Amino acid sequence: MSAALDTHGKAHDGHDDHGDHGHHTPTGFMRWVTTTNHKDIGTMYLWFSFAMFLFGGAMAMIIRAELFQPGMQIVTPEFFNSMTTYHGLVMVFGAIMPAFVGFANWQIPMMIGAPDMAFPRMNNWSFWLLPPAAILLVASFLVPGGGAGVGWTMYAPLTTQMGPGMDLTIFAVHILGMSSIMGSINIITTILNLRAPGMTLMKMPLFVWTWLITAYLLVASMPVLAGAVTMTLTDRHFGTSFFNAAGGGDPVLYQHIFWFFGHPEVYIIAIPAFGVVSQVIPAFSRKPLFGYASMVYATSSIAILSFMVWAHHMYVVGMPVAGQLYFMYATMLIAVPTGVKVFNWVATMWKGSLTFETPMLFALGFLFLFTLGGFTGLVLAMTVVDVQLQDTYYVVAHFHYVMVAGALFSAFAGVYFWFPKWTGKMYDETLGKWHFWLSIIFFNVTFFVQHFLGLAGMPRRIPDYALQFTEFNQISSIGAFGFGLSQVFFLYIIIKAIRSGEKAPQLPWDGADTLEWTHLPTPAPYHTFENPPTVK
Amino acid sequence: MSAADAIVNANRLLLRKLLVVSVLMFGFAFALVPFYEKICEVAGLRDIFRSDEVAAKNTQVDMSRSVLVEFDSNTQRLAWTFRPLALGLAAHPGAVMQVEYEVRNTLDRPVTGQAVPSYGPQRAAQYFRKLECFCFQQQTLAPGEVRRMPVVFVIDPDLPKDIGTITLSYTFFEVAGTQKRPG
Repeated sequence: MSAALDTHGKAHDGHDDHGDHGHHTPTGFMRWVTTTNHKDIGTMYLWFSFAMFLFGGAMAMIIRAELFQPGMQIVTPEFFNSMTTYHGLVMVFGAIMPAFVGFANWQIPMMIGAPDMAFPRMNNWSFWLLPPAAILLVASFLVPGGGAGVGWTMYAPLTTQMGPGMDLTIFAVHILGMSSIMGSINIITTILNLRAPGMTLMKMPLFVWTWLITAYLLVASMPVLAGAVTMTLTDRHFGTSFFNAAGGGDPVLYQHIFWFFGHPEVYIIAIPAFGVVSQVIPAFSRKPLFGYASMVYATSSIAILSFMVWAHHMYVVGMPVAGQLYFMYATMLIAVPTGVKVFNWVATMWKGSLTFETPMLFALGFLFLFTLGGFTGLVLAMTVVDVQLQDTYYVVAHFHYVMVAGALFSAFAGVYFWFPKWTGKMYDETLGKWHFWLSIIFFNVTFFVQHFLGLAGMPRRIPDYALQFTEFNQISSIGAFGFGLSQVFFLYIIIKAIRSGEKAPQLPWDGADTLEWTHLPTPAPYHTFENPPTVK
Repeated sequence: MSAADAIVNANRLLLRKLLVVSVLMFGFAFALVPFYEKICEVAGLRDIFRSDEVAAKNTQVDMSRSVLVEFDSNTQRLAWTFRPLALGLAAHPGAVMQVEYEVRNTLDRPVTGQAVPSYGPQRAAQYFRKLECFCFQQQTLAPGEVRRMPVVFVIDPDLPKDIGTITLSYTFFEVAGTQKRPG
């Protein structure tokens, strides 16, 4: 982090001619605690999410190490359960979501010609709520009973029976939710109120559009999750019976409330990823994005549909056939706007002058593997098939294709793409390509075989398995270790680039045409667009 | 009012609106509770509170046929002796019948057990209505205690005609973690 700080410090000295708070600004650690600058906060979000990514990844390594052989070798079943739980929670709420909020902080003001976010002080709050939440999650391993082994979905009635680790997890989710809601309100206000003159909504870069839609999804769905875990908390300690059948409640109700949040959450993760890819693919195709307006409408309709399909996560809980049919058809309907988006990305590349630097490779990896994950999603959407595949490794494979190869690869594409703009340094292209090829190969080694395991009936979240699953699990574990090491390699690439990367040219990607590339120097100075540009 | 002030005011207004949306959505989670109960009621799911209109029908005893009910008893890793006092009886569907089982704790410590019923053929289960059964709660037996326990049941007259014999089998399991540790 100190290297990043130096970079900003230099930028600050070099470009700061607007007589400002420079000499009042605290230095060192306090600078980061008190900062209200969107670039500082974006940097902190990105480093925090990367730390959480390594933490969640370490838990995935423990899971795969235990599953390398049938039988119990390394951990106890209870600890294994808490590993699957916190791996999911940390990756979703600690790694992927803050990573894209980090992108939003860095990019949205620069892309719409705003000087900063609309509420800089609240922005600081949004970030600094995250470390306490992470500490609560870690602390839950240290209390009697250990971490909650309930799965990241935190289904009742298991959650009403767990030890105090569950309470810490519930509070962590509350805090993470507050952080997300404040961040979203900030993003919506920035986009709606602070655009430069001439920057109409339909001229905004697609990344900004996707974040506007995502922020609305967050404001509408995060409070519902907060409600669900609050009910769990009052069931545990205050004698309510929302989910307790003995008191007239119903555990299935929890699943409905959770997935009313949970399905929009899937798109909260995926839609900013769409946005990053929609910036990267045109830049390396040297063509404008094909079907810009249809991209906006497709993203919006995905967002609206995401609130109407939640029960496809719970076909087997007992639901009228009419309900199953409705949720099946509504789910399949989402394939239409998603198909529009994939078509547009491919059409953007059609007859473009393509080059394949690391950001483009990750964007293409995203496109290929996200589409594969979408197909398995269609398979799972069919009620009759899902009854067979519910809670098997087929589901695990499916959502890792859309979460890892989708959201994570897109985040990698974004980091490599904007790295020169943020730091003024170039990463090592050869190493970046190595990172891509190692990631995509080991990713598929890890997760492709899990489709077969799931079809053969191996259940998820279980530390032991029948002997016939051994070979596929060993392949998957080897892939996972390789994938994990590849991400440590990514950390090396980034640190090397910050320390000793070559100086980045003003416009490292000749197809990039958004405001931060065309109107700002590289690296971007500490304060940008204090006088808004005019967009024609 | 300057342009900067206008933006600050517009920002604050939007902040307030979005906070209201967040609070409303938090309330929406709680509004889903009665909504869910209504949907379940309309769809006829989750009818645990529905009173037993079937019981009224049971007073019509079907004298035209009788079903042979056989009784079976097992224990699973539990040193109790457990047997029915009658091996079987003939019952008219709709008639209230009573049988007794006897159980003895052969251990020198108090043990808590739970009986789990099963039926052969399996599809007879839904027509076999138990009004009173020792399997409704856990049974704790003192060392050496012998207990006779009744089962009162009615066979639903809707029982398919091709089922002539029903086997009712109970298995007693020890309820783990309930025995008192010495000291």
